[in-house]
Amino acid sequence: MSGHPVIELDDVRKVYSTGAGEVAAVDGISTRVEQGEYVAIIGPSGSGKSSLMNILGCLDVPTSGTCLIDGQDVTRLDEPQLAHLRNRVIGFVFQQFHLLPGMSALRNVELPLVYAGASAAERRERAERALARVGLKDRGGHRPGELSGGQQQRVAVARALVTDPALLLADEPTGNLDSTSTADVLALFRELHAQGRTIVLITHEPDVAAEADRVLTIRDGRLSEVALR
Amino acid sequence: MSWAETLRTALDAVRAHRLRSALTMLGIVIGISSVIVTVGLGQGAQQQVRDQIDALGSNLLIVSPGSSTDDSGTRGGFGSATTLTLADADALADPEVAPDIAAVAPVSSSNASLTAGSTNWSTRLVGATPEWPSVRARELTAGRFFTAEEMAGAASVVVLAPDTAAELFTVGSPLGQSVTVGGRSLTVIGVLASSGATEVSASEDDQALVPMTTAQQITGASADSVSTIYVEAQSADWLSAAFQEITSTLSTRHGITEEADFTVSTQESLVETANSTNKTMTVLLAGVAAISLLVGGIGVMNIMLVSVSERIKEIGLRKALGATPAVIRRQFLTEASILGLAGGAFGVLIGAIVARMLPGLIDQPVSISPTATVLALVVALAIGVGFGVHPASRAAALAPIDALRSE
Repeated sequence: MSGHPVIELDDVRKVYSTGAGEVAAVDGISTRVEQGEYVAIIGPSGSGKSSLMNILGCLDVPTSGTCLIDGQDVTRLDEPQLAHLRNRVIGFVFQQFHLLPGMSALRNVELPLVYAGASAAERRERAERALARVGLKDRGGHRPGELSGGQQQRVAVARALVTDPALLLADEPTGNLDSTSTADVLALFRELHAQGRTIVLITHEPDVAAEADRVLTIRDGRLSEVALR
Repeated sequence: MSWAETLRTALDAVRAHRLRSALTMLGIVIGISSVIVTVGLGQGAQQQVRDQIDALGSNLLIVSPGSSTDDSGTRGGFGSATTLTLADADALADPEVAPDIAAVAPVSSSNASLTAGSTNWSTRLVGATPEWPSVRARELTAGRFFTAEEMAGAASVVVLAPDTAAELFTVGSPLGQSVTVGGRSLTVIGVLASSGATEVSASEDDQALVPMTTAQQITGASADSVSTIYVEAQSADWLSAAFQEITSTLSTRHGITEEADFTVSTQESLVETANSTNKTMTVLLAGVAAISLLVGGIGVMNIMLVSVSERIKEIGLRKALGATPAVIRRQFLTEASILGLAGGAFGVLIGAIVARMLPGLIDQPVSISPTATVLALVVALAIGVGFGVHPASRAAALAPIDALRSE
C-alpha cells in the first residue's frame, strides 16, 4: 500500500440549481481520511450528508475544488473511468442493502468481480471467502428474500469487501435494521477496522457514529470535527 | 465484462419476468410465423404451377397463329387468323432444317357436340397426328392412340380425354363404343390418362382427339390449316435453339420481314404468367406480416422502456459496483436481442406447424423455405437490437445516484 491518504478533499463545493436559485449542498469542505481510519460523518437530513457521500463514492463529481480518492482526482475522470474507480477502490454498503433479488447471495457478492473482469473460478473463490468473512459461509445459495435483514446487510458487506477496496463507504448501514442486527453489523465493522480497513460511515444516529474513532459533523454543507471521545 | 457473463445476466433478467417476456415476444412470434406461412404459401403455389407445367412437358414449344393483316388492311389479333399450315409443321419436322426439334404435332381444334347413345357432351374436337401423345407427354389408361395408317385413311376413330370419357360413358368401358360427331360415327379406341395439371390447363382433360384428316372431313375446314403446332425440343436445354429454328423456318416460309404472323411460346412463359399472379398475393400478405413485425418491434421497445424504469435501482447498483455505461447498454441490448431472437425462433416453430397443418385445411400446398426461415430469424434479431437501442441508451445514461435514490 502506498502512503497517500484514502480521501483528500480541498475546498469541495457541490452546487445544485433549483427553481429558487443555486443551493450549495456541499459548501467548501476540506478534510483527509488516512489509511486505516474509521471515520463517521454525522448530520441531520438536509445537511449535505448524501451529497458528500455521493462525491466520496465517486457517484457524483464536485462543482469545484479537488477531490482525490485513493490519490486520483475524480474531477478529471469521465464516467467509464469513474465506474472503474468505484469498482476497484470503493466498497459500498447501502441503507436499502440493494441486493438483486433474483440472484443467490453468492452471485450478489460476485457482482463487483464480474465488472472487474475476473474469471468465474476466481470470482467464486473470492466471493466464498468474503461470505465466510461476514459469517455467512453456508448461506451463499440463499436468495436475499430468504435471509433476515441483518444477514442481508452482511451479504452487502461481503459484496463491498470482495474486491478488497481501499475504502469501505457505508451510507446509513443500520438505518433499516433492528437493534440486534445493528449491533451485529457494527461489530463486524469494528472487526474490519481492527484488520486495517479504512471505513467511512455516514449516519444520523449519534450512537452509531460513536463507534468510529473520529466523528465529523456536517451541517449546512460544512464539516466540523468533533472532539475525540 | 465477458460476453458469456452479459448473456447470462440478460437471460436471468428475461427469466425473472417470464410472463412479461412472453407477452413481449408475442408480437414478434405472430409476425415471424405469418412471414413463414406467407412465404410458404407463395412458394407452394409457385411449386404447384411448376409441377403442373413440368407434367405437360418442359421441353415443349407452342406455335400459335399470330397477328395478321388481311387484304383490306384490317389487323387481327392473336389467333384470329389461321396462318399456320400442315406444310409448316412438316417443314419443322425436317431434321435438316431444324436439327434441335425432336418431334412436331400440329393440331386443329374446333368445338363439337359428341353423342354417345342418349348422352351428349360439348367439347373440343382436336384433329391431331400420331406424334401427339409423345410431344404432349401424355399417356393412355386404356386402348391405343391412332396410327399413321388411320391418319392417312381418315379412319373413323377417336381417343377421349378422361373427363370427356366419364361424361359420355358413365358405366362400362368406353373402348369399342361408338361416338357420333357431326353426323359421323367414330369408334373409341383409347382413353387418355389425366394430365395431372389442375389449374393451368384444366381443358387438357376434356377433349376428343381424332386423326387430323378425319377432323377436316367432319368440320369441313381447309385441308391445310392448323390451329396450333406443338414442337418438342431435343431437350429442355435446347429450347432456345429450337425456338430460333422455328422462328427462322416459319419466317422464311411465310416471307416475313417485319412482324411475324405467328407466336412461339414456351412453358416457361406460362410459368411466369402464373407466378406473377402469385407474386401479387405474396407481396400483399408479406406487407401484412411486415406490419405485424413492426408492431412487434414497437412492443419490444415499449416493454424494454418499462423494464428500464422499473429496474432503475438495479441499474444504479450495477453502476455503483463498477458497471460502465457501455456495459449497461450492452446488457439491455442483449436482453432485447434475446427477446427478438426467441420470438423469432418460436415464430418459426409455429409457422412450421401451421404450414404443416394448412394444406389439410385449405387445399393449398405450403413449402417452407430454409432461406426465408434464416432470414426471418435474422430480421427478428435485428428488430430486437433495433428497437432495443433506445431503451438501452436510456439505461446507460442514468446517473447512478438518481438510480440508487429512487424508492
